[in-house]
Amino acid sequence: MISIKNLQASIEGKAILNGINLDIKPGEVHAIMGPNGAGKSTLSSVLAGRADYEVTGGEVDFLGKDLLELSPEDRAREGLFLAFQYPVEIPGVSSTNFLKTAINEKRKYLGQEPMEATDFLKFMRSKMEEMEMDKSLTSRSLNEGFSGGEKKRNEVFQMAMLEPKFCIMDETDSGLDIDALRLVSAGVNKLRNSERSFLVITHYQRLLDYIVPDFVHVLYKGRIVKSGDASLAKELEVKGYDWIKQEVEAAV
Amino acid sequence: MSQPEVGIIDQVVTQEYKYGFTTDIEMETAPMGLTEDTVRFISAKKNEPEWMLEWRLKAYKYWLTMEEPNWQNFNYPVINYQDIIFYAAPKQKIQLDSLDQVDPELLKTFEKLGISLQEQKRLTGVAVDAVFDSVSIATTFKEQLKEKGVIFCSISEAMHEHPELVKKYIGSVVPQTDNYFAALNSAVFSDGSFVYIPKGVRCPMELSTYFRINAENTGQFERTLIIADDDSYVSYLEGCTAPMRDEHQLHAAVVELVAHNNAEIKYSTVQNWYPGDKDGKGGIYNFVTKRGICEGNNSKISWTQVETGSAITWKYPSCILKGDNSTGEFFSVAVTNNAQIADTGTKMIHIGKNTKSRIVSKGISAGKSHNSYRGLVKINKKAEGARNYTQCDSMLIGDKCGAHTFPYIEVNNNTATLEHEASTSKIGEDQIFYCAQRGIGLEEAISLIVNGFCKEVLNQLPMEFAVEAQKLLAVSLEGSVG
Repeated sequence: MISIKNLQASIEGKAILNGINLDIKPGEVHAIMGPNGAGKSTLSSVLAGRADYEVTGGEVDFLGKDLLELSPEDRAREGLFLAFQYPVEIPGVSSTNFLKTAINEKRKYLGQEPMEATDFLKFMRSKMEEMEMDKSLTSRSLNEGFSGGEKKRNEVFQMAMLEPKFCIMDETDSGLDIDALRLVSAGVNKLRNSERSFLVITHYQRLLDYIVPDFVHVLYKGRIVKSGDASLAKELEVKGYDWIKQEVEAAV
Repeated sequence: MSQPEVGIIDQVVTQEYKYGFTTDIEMETAPMGLTEDTVRFISAKKNEPEWMLEWRLKAYKYWLTMEEPNWQNFNYPVINYQDIIFYAAPKQKIQLDSLDQVDPELLKTFEKLGISLQEQKRLTGVAVDAVFDSVSIATTFKEQLKEKGVIFCSISEAMHEHPELVKKYIGSVVPQTDNYFAALNSAVFSDGSFVYIPKGVRCPMELSTYFRINAENTGQFERTLIIADDDSYVSYLEGCTAPMRDEHQLHAAVVELVAHNNAEIKYSTVQNWYPGDKDGKGGIYNFVTKRGICEGNNSKISWTQVETGSAITWKYPSCILKGDNSTGEFFSVAVTNNAQIADTGTKMIHIGKNTKSRIVSKGISAGKSHNSYRGLVKINKKAEGARNYTQCDSMLIGDKCGAHTFPYIEVNNNTATLEHEASTSKIGEDQIFYCAQRGIGLEEAISLIVNGFCKEVLNQLPMEFAVEAQKLLAVSLEGSVG
């Protein structure tokens, strides 16, 4: 699915990612954990193509394409989806309009005819049922006045609508209470299948109780310093990050 | 009303000004320049009654004594009125009885603009008056309207068929001496639409006038007069386009609205005159006087405008709220890109008791354009319990453009309630990136965000035109971010 080799990136001259190596196969769920400032959100921004970051080295292969050469919108159209930590508000634009535009932009890129309005509405209705979304959400202005939980659920709903191949979840659990966390996780689990891969970025193990990963990686100082299975997350929960930091410092 | 789909924007976002073509047709024109003879020539061409000529001459003589205003927030080169052709009309030998006799070139021109004059092909429920340069070409659905007693025709025709109405109302809201450009218009106006809705009639369809400037070196000076008698209702829309030409062309129109007791007039404009090229070469000077009077009690006048074209847009559609409990509304979207200039807004003059007014203005500036909102809310001494709500929002795209707001408030009665809200925003990088991450490219993202910003105003337009207006916004901002 995606193969990241020695990825390095900086912002305003300051190196944040110092050589990330990661291979994700179809259907796998990888979690990235790490202390604050480790570079977790930078990794998601760089993969999605945010202009603020400068890639200073390494390569990323996404389904046979050089990801770093693609514009942010083409990365999305190729099937990369980022669930934002802080979804942006767009006043006056309904979710319906927004998603219809997004879907038809993608179809245009893939050389397909735009979706007819009635087909689109049918499609959206079925997805809303599947994801148990409240009807009012789609007619309201995008993310405007949404609660933290609503925003995150809406991100997952957009994911369901756009049917991406590779999903990055950037600290989706931040600011969610336990009920919202459960709802959001349930949505993500519905979208898991043998083809679709996930990169779940989180500070806390809590989210991984609901979205159980195949692999867990610990990011520290812009590098993956430890990898394991879901049990690594449990271990971190008990021991905190300090022992990893000490291990890394000792190795230097 | 259901929401127009944004998908349409995609189809047009890559287009340039698509109405820039010219029609090759034999024209009859007045000699270049403006003298008393020009005024007499136009009046004679229209075979006008003597009183009309007198009215025009009075305006002309007054205009000669006036000076062009200079308080506006922009500069423009001096207009030489001797270099303008004040009358240009397609040659027609016979009086038109039906569309079959209209020059096919003209019909084709309007077809190309998406305005079919063949009634059976028209959008259902919209009657159209088509004005080409200085004359009205055709008015559709006249018969159906006549059954209800609605008069919808060119103002030249109204002068002959309904002289008592024209005589009574013309200049009653915008007098010949009102301002420089209104005086000029009064002297040389060549055509325009006339609407009369009789007592108790709800006009059964949208009325619409489509203005087209075609001829070179020609100014367009149309005059529109709409009268809604007691307990009547009408919704009227005007649209306008012009060919791409290197020189500036002057469009100085006058619109007068009169609403009697319990009557309502809804006047919508989708203005898409040629804006000039990227460097400001060519384009229309759109200097227009629009004013309505809520003459009767409980009457209502509502202006909605979507202004995307013209090199310079300079106008303030206004309401005189004379009748008690009358209401004035102004909903505006003004988009300026490249070198365009807009200085637009409204005046709400509260005279009657418990009069209400509402102003919602959305200005969008891109390129190196300048966009000003200028508005006056005036509460007269006797306007007990008057209320006004004003909201002015500006959006900036890029860092070379300007947004300006000049609100004037004059309150002479302390029972009045006024609210004013203003905001300025920039399209954020975060919004653009969010859209990009969902596969929506830059141009599409901007039209999505801008359409969202203007939604309140676009929702005021009749459905068919709301879609048209959305498309226009996308096209106008083409290439505004790079």
